[in-house]
Amino acid sequence: MTGEVLAFWVLAILLVGSALMVVLTKNLFHAVLWLALALTGTAGVFLLLEAEFLAAVQLLLYAGGIVTIVVFAIVVTEKLVGERLSQVSRRITGGAVVSAALVWLIVSSIMERPLAITRAPMSGDLTQIIGETVLTRFALPFELLAVLMLAGLMSAIYFARPED
Amino acid sequence: MGLQAYLTLAAVVFGIGLFGVVTRRNTISILLGIELMLNSVNINLVAFSRFSGDVTGMIFTVFTICITVVEAALGLSIVILLFRVRRTVTADHLDLLKG
Repeated sequence: MTGEVLAFWVLAILLVGSALMVVLTKNLFHAVLWLALALTGTAGVFLLLEAEFLAAVQLLLYAGGIVTIVVFAIVVTEKLVGERLSQVSRRITGGAVVSAALVWLIVSSIMERPLAITRAPMSGDLTQIIGETVLTRFALPFELLAVLMLAGLMSAIYFARPED
Repeated sequence: MGLQAYLTLAAVVFGIGLFGVVTRRNTISILLGIELMLNSVNINLVAFSRFSGDVTGMIFTVFTICITVVEAALGLSIVILLFRVRRTVTADHLDLLKG
């Protein structure tokens, strides 16, 4: 068993386990912490796929940014209700059937196709290639992304304005 | 590990996220499920990109991550606004648009 296979299985178990805890745990705050672990596991998968830059972005934006925002939202909403952050799920059987059917559909169609076993060679520093491609071939989507983030920022400020 | 292993892992995580979206009652928990689903799509993009030797998939991942962050910030600000108006974040009670 090579190191990559071992690392993949460890990360897969970590990712699936923490994802299951996100959707099954009763305490909402604990669910957010499990989500942070799942996102960190995803960053590990990115590292395994030799995408160091994406792993760093994943840790900064997802595990850092989103988890902080969600914790803020919980503090603002749940604490005031005083339900002790507990929550119940509904339609568990139906949800499990739907998800299992979808996963079975995707996995069976993945298994049918002949997919690549070995990685194509990529020369040079991936981070440098990503940076150069973003600013040449994908310059317009990149700028549109900036506009989108500005619009998102402004609408978030609009929603959170003090009541008048 | 081949491409199939990564795709299967992403599919499983996507299914778990879908399960969370369907079963959770709290709006914030539903958003957490959506985050899991988007996250698994990122694994798919990076895996395809790495195995085909084309950097485009990784750039798509950068875009997806940024859009997801905007989506999370907006979704949560809507949740906070709804809480201010209705004093609840349970999805079943948010039936303002029900005819």
